[in-house]
Amino acid sequence: MELVPYLILGLLEGLVTAAVLSLMALGLSLVFGVMRVVNVAHGEFFMVGAVLAWQIASLFDGHPAWGFLAALLVAPPLTACLAVAANQLVLKRIEYDPERTIVATIGLLYIIQQVTLMTYGPDARPVEAPFNHRLSIPLVEWTETGLGLYWPWGLGTTSYKLAVILAAVALLGGIWMLMTRTRFGLLMRATQLDRETAQAFAIPVGKVYAAVFGLGAGLAALAGVLIVPIQQAHYLMGHDPLLLSFIVVIIGGLGSLPGTVVAALLIGVSDGMISVFFSPTLAKIIATLGVAFVLIFMPQGLFGKRSL
Amino acid sequence: MTKSNKKDTNLVKASAAEGTRQPSRRQAIKTLAATTTLAAVASTTPLFGRYGQVQSAEPIKIGFQVHRTGIGAAYGRWYDRTTKAAVKKINDEGGINGREVQIVAEDDGTDPKRGAEVVEKMSTQHGCDIAFGTLFSHVVIGSAPRAGELKIPYFVVSEGHHVASGMLNRYTLQPGITDVKSQVQAMAPFVNNTLGKKVTMIYPDFAFGHDHRDYFSAAVEAQGGQVVAKIAIPPTESSFTKYFPKIPRDTEVIYHVMVGPAVLTFVKEMGEFFGNSRPEIFGFIDSLEAVDLASPGLEFLEGTYFWEGNPRYAQANQSDYDKAYRAAVGVDNNGASISDPKDVSTYAHMFGCWETLHIVKAGMEASGYSSASDRAKLIEAVEAMTSMPHSYAHPQGAKEFNGKTHQTFGHQYITRVENGKLVLAHTTSIADTYYPDEVDYTTQSF
Repeated sequence: MELVPYLILGLLEGLVTAAVLSLMALGLSLVFGVMRVVNVAHGEFFMVGAVLAWQIASLFDGHPAWGFLAALLVAPPLTACLAVAANQLVLKRIEYDPERTIVATIGLLYIIQQVTLMTYGPDARPVEAPFNHRLSIPLVEWTETGLGLYWPWGLGTTSYKLAVILAAVALLGGIWMLMTRTRFGLLMRATQLDRETAQAFAIPVGKVYAAVFGLGAGLAALAGVLIVPIQQAHYLMGHDPLLLSFIVVIIGGLGSLPGTVVAALLIGVSDGMISVFFSPTLAKIIATLGVAFVLIFMPQGLFGKRSL
Repeated sequence: MTKSNKKDTNLVKASAAEGTRQPSRRQAIKTLAATTTLAAVASTTPLFGRYGQVQSAEPIKIGFQVHRTGIGAAYGRWYDRTTKAAVKKINDEGGINGREVQIVAEDDGTDPKRGAEVVEKMSTQHGCDIAFGTLFSHVVIGSAPRAGELKIPYFVVSEGHHVASGMLNRYTLQPGITDVKSQVQAMAPFVNNTLGKKVTMIYPDFAFGHDHRDYFSAAVEAQGGQVVAKIAIPPTESSFTKYFPKIPRDTEVIYHVMVGPAVLTFVKEMGEFFGNSRPEIFGFIDSLEAVDLASPGLEFLEGTYFWEGNPRYAQANQSDYDKAYRAAVGVDNNGASISDPKDVSTYAHMFGCWETLHIVKAGMEASGYSSASDRAKLIEAVEAMTSMPHSYAHPQGAKEFNGKTHQTFGHQYITRVENGKLVLAHTTSIADTYYPDEVDYTTQSF
């Protein structure tokens, strides 16, 4: 493949990765920003979203779009409920202590993973995309008759992948509106700024925490539902996205939402480009080296505040 | 307190402390001894109590190392069903030497480390006569040495070339399924002559895939062809589009073999990459084992060719043996489960379990196997086997077993996708698949 088609393919694949990653990392970042705890089970909420999407979609027989729509509307809220239950039963009781939460969420990770294994099984199952047409991407070249289009071999994407990118942009916009224009967003930002003062202002911090944890898990599940027609639903699928989400959140700055989105774009697109030009393993190595670099020289991340 | 005396033992101090909550050392040792004895008795006594009757009342225990979870889970599910069906048939026919066959199954998680632990558990804890059933090559390589150390016969159903390469030991045998080296050697002439001379290989990046890479390249170059690119993909990968740009533009044939839970995604994304201008494609059915050929996104496979260890769809020349085998295992003429047409089988591999168990029966009867002290005799009896004709015990086809390399050789099938089904296009002879011996296990001691 020639250089320019390589670049375009890498960019497109990278944007799909970035789209899903941004939603997932945003959930993680929100949870850390408001609640100041690290949720190691975040990847499992992603997986649960994908598995529930398969479960829901398999109930519909007709056109796959209906099943997928149902999955999109039902799976994230269900996952959010699971997360809220986990919050009430586990995290609240350990009073959101940072170290204990890490250990507790690791335990949650294994419980969710193994329960999925015991019920859904060890197989990967596909969900049909609501629409999926291959789109060949033309490039412009200079011919004898002037500028003309030609279709390089192998350069293409699918309509569904483009839809994922657009959906992620729309959802990020929606989250931004939620954070800045609604009362709930105001409560979240207030709790994030200063918990004690927020409590003094009669903000129900406990309820805000539960809602934020649910929202974070819901975002991860949403990312899972979006990716499942491209990949498949498998009980181990939460592992890799979790690592990438941590990398994104650390590089972007813990608690900074714009930072998370920028870092997701950076990591996603570079992953796509490096994978296509060199190898996917090298892309992961570079991403991890990036984290090391950031932790040494800019521990607050790209957009984070200096002292936390 | 008494003055300190070196002869004072902890027992004295402990009995003084008996009134407190801490258990005394004497009590702790008693409990430990009691528990150990109990555990020892429990593990050596069979569930139905100790008995001292005739040897023949005891069942023959075959340890079944199965990939219930991990990347091999789809294969494990069907290996399990085929094994159960084969054991039922063998027991209905009177068992082995008049003794019932009992399967003791353990999940190895498709993990080499866990595989070695499972072999140990079967040998020392369950008291199995033999171990059998492993498929994924990295698990075989990780588990076989332990079988050799514990001196338990280890019948693998793997396709990897590692048994015949001499890498393993005299206790490890593969008499029920052919290996990659013999398969690709028989495929190379067909690919070169029918499809094209410039081949790009896409394979999983572990032992099994490396066998494909090494032996197919050698076979293709011997035919005058050329491998223009070798693309290795980790079997745990879930997204494949980023690998395809490495395919050179002048490729005439894509040779693909993939394993793991994401194989459907792999084939789908390959189709999306090529669009309407695809080169010739020759795949190993591994890329679609347990996957329905009618899945959305696989339409581009129409007209492409596959290697199949055992043709998934019942062919026009279906033998009565294949018919009976399908009925016994519960598979329909499309290679899917009779009770769930969406549950597609791993038809090209699972016959290995059926045939291996029949070979074990033949070996145990030929050697007069009665207990674990006869394990060496069992292996010698199997090593003496040569021709295995096409029969109900060998429904995939006739086999020629090489006792020196512990590897069997058989027919290989090439099918073509026509109207959404795989139709037989070519059957190789067994001689097409031979290669020179690389080891003679019979010269090794037990």
